[in-house]
Amino acid sequence: MAIVFQKTKGLTDKQTHYCPGCTHGIIHRLVAEVLEELDVLGESIGVAPVGCSVLAYDYFNCDMHEASHGRAPAVATGIKRVHPDKVVFTYQGDGDLASIGTAEIVHVAHRGEKITTIFVNNAIYGMTGGQMAPTTLIGQRATTAPLGRTVEHSGMPLRVSEMLATIDGAAFVERVSVDTPANIRKAKKAIKEAFQCQLEGKGFSIVEVLSTCPTNWGMTPIDAIKWLQDNMIPYYPIGNFRRPGEVK
Amino acid sequence: MLNERIICAGFGGQGVMLMGQLISYAGMLEDKEVSWLPSYGPEMRGGTANCSVMVSSKPIGSPVIANDATAAIIMNLPSLDKFEVEVLPEGNLLINSSLIERKTKRTDLHVYYIPANDLAVELGNAKVANMIMLGAYLELTKIVSVESVMAALKKTFGESKAHLLKINEEALKKGAEAVTQ
Amino acid sequence: MAKVLMKGNEAIGAAAIKAGCKYFFGYPITPQNELPEYMSRELPKNDGVFLQAESEVSAINMVYGAAGAGARVMTSSSSPGIALKQEGITYIAGAELPCVIVNIVRGGPGLGGIQPAQSDYNQVTRGGGNGDYKLLVFAPANLQEMVDLMQDAFDAADYYRNPVMMVGDGMIGQMMEPIEFKSPSKRYELKDKPWATTGTKGQRKPNIINSLALDPAELEKHNERLQVKYNEMKEKEVRYEVYNMENAEIVLVAYGTTSRIVKNAINELKEQNINVGLIRPITLWPFPEKAFDEIPTTCKSLMSVEMSMGQMVDDVKIASNGRWPVHFYGRSGGMVPTPEGVIEKVKELVGGAK
Repeated sequence: MAIVFQKTKGLTDKQTHYCPGCTHGIIHRLVAEVLEELDVLGESIGVAPVGCSVLAYDYFNCDMHEASHGRAPAVATGIKRVHPDKVVFTYQGDGDLASIGTAEIVHVAHRGEKITTIFVNNAIYGMTGGQMAPTTLIGQRATTAPLGRTVEHSGMPLRVSEMLATIDGAAFVERVSVDTPANIRKAKKAIKEAFQCQLEGKGFSIVEVLSTCPTNWGMTPIDAIKWLQDNMIPYYPIGNFRRPGEVK
Repeated sequence: MLNERIICAGFGGQGVMLMGQLISYAGMLEDKEVSWLPSYGPEMRGGTANCSVMVSSKPIGSPVIANDATAAIIMNLPSLDKFEVEVLPEGNLLINSSLIERKTKRTDLHVYYIPANDLAVELGNAKVANMIMLGAYLELTKIVSVESVMAALKKTFGESKAHLLKINEEALKKGAEAVTQ
Repeated sequence: MAKVLMKGNEAIGAAAIKAGCKYFFGYPITPQNELPEYMSRELPKNDGVFLQAESEVSAINMVYGAAGAGARVMTSSSSPGIALKQEGITYIAGAELPCVIVNIVRGGPGLGGIQPAQSDYNQVTRGGGNGDYKLLVFAPANLQEMVDLMQDAFDAADYYRNPVMMVGDGMIGQMMEPIEFKSPSKRYELKDKPWATTGTKGQRKPNIINSLALDPAELEKHNERLQVKYNEMKEKEVRYEVYNMENAEIVLVAYGTTSRIVKNAINELKEQNINVGLIRPITLWPFPEKAFDEIPTTCKSLMSVEMSMGQMVDDVKIASNGRWPVHFYGRSGGMVPTPEGVIEKVKELVGGAK
């Protein structure tokens, strides 16, 4: 019998701890498939963050570091400077990257560090229990914004891709979503392009992935997908913000 | 027993750090025990600069001068105010009289007033005032030889400043003459 | 090899490169700036990489990454900057990675000052980071000793897979002394680093650099294993000097540049027929408790002399274990103790003892 589908070699056999309906699993698989398809799995070193994907080091089937909260880009910098010929990536959430780790992400881009960042934006702190993130939308409820986020109190949500696209060293910046099969295919294409950007030594590359958190949003997985489409995509438009060779 | 503790002080740009380094370097070349400890920080930027130099026949204990200097080479007035009290009785106090009008308040020291900037200008380069003072100090104490200081200077200057060696040597000599004539 | 006259901060850099250091990540702070400046000039000439990070926090995390990737790596800073690095230091200790951290101590608390101090004793020996971890802490008293210890620092870091802290103060960083670069001690037997993240090449299981253990039993086991390592350090790594101990009436305890000032005081007191000994810890952790067994029966009391308001004095009391009264003399904020100050305090004690 012909094999028509099998799990990517880029993931280990370990069962993930993610909640039902969470899109981390999809994003893990996309990254792993890309590493396998580019045939760089044995040359890859990943950095896991603090947050829901803290245990990503158990899931990716390559050498991994677990970093402290927000510092994954700095850890990746240390690794890449030691092994400039390896593929180095970070996998970070929005609390990790857009809040505590803003200095690290800005400066890894500013240096044009030849690493790739997968930035999972689900507009909330998942692991710690649904607290407000810099990416939480106006009116969105969080355990530390029980009446919903307001502009007066917390400002407007931070658009990370747009911000990073202003930095010369950020060679590839794209925001994608994993809400539909078509968008998932586009997301994979962007992730592949980001890693290729690294392999070609063009500079820093990042893919922001809009993701759901049914548990902390208090929704069914299907409602969560709909909420993402109705609320997140209008504020966080999907699309490419920067590619190598483009002058903006 | 050799145990010289020298303060070199002036304002930034007068070459007081170099003066101290040359004494240390020359001492090392002569197999003596030496240390050089600078003041550092914001006061260095255009303010007063000073360093403490030890030259000894025994291993250096504390590199800090604590009211026990055997000599002070003073390039400007604020440094005289600050450091004349730090010299032990019978110690040497060398004062740059080109820039310092007042006399020392101490009566228990060997004091030398040397118009270092005027002598340097006579040589054609105002920047060697520090070497005039150093020449005077070496002549008085013979702590290290002029040859060792020149060897140290050659190393410090390198290729790019080698053309300045001659005028520095002349300045050392002129400084020596200033305290012997 | 002939002696060279070098500034302390630069000598540290030179010694580190000779010890095989290839990577340096740092952030500017006085009074250690000449060290990163030196590394930025010299590392590229030695097949190495210097990188100025955006913060001390990032610098130590770059060290964490590079150490995990198998490199010989160091960083340096001064007191408030070391405080910022503590997060990374506990991760490095927890993940059991080797690195060398240089701390050129300045006065505190807060932004404090930039002049020499020893007020980081607690920060470097007690950790500032979370959890049960220890650093091997060297505190040389002069530049030659600093240079000599550098090779051991890197080798010990690799041997124990643990961060090693090299502690100097502003004086050590800024002063110049003649230095001789001697051939390395080869005190430690070094192994390969099969645990490093170098890419699996599809030929081995992935290596994971990690300090997370969510299972309490597993984390306790990890801690017990770390303790075995720290106990080995306590057994093998204690270094100290004793000075003028014979018939000493009082024994002073001082480290780093303060010990040099204390030696001057001891020599002067000797001329006045007052016998005072010195215990100089060279390792601040492990603290040289066994040095206290060398204290003669003539000794009536101990005194810790520090450039702080009294931090090491706690360890002196622990080591004394009630055998002698323990006194303290210190200056702080960048004020350096003088031999006269020490002598005066000793005379008070001698007078009081009679």
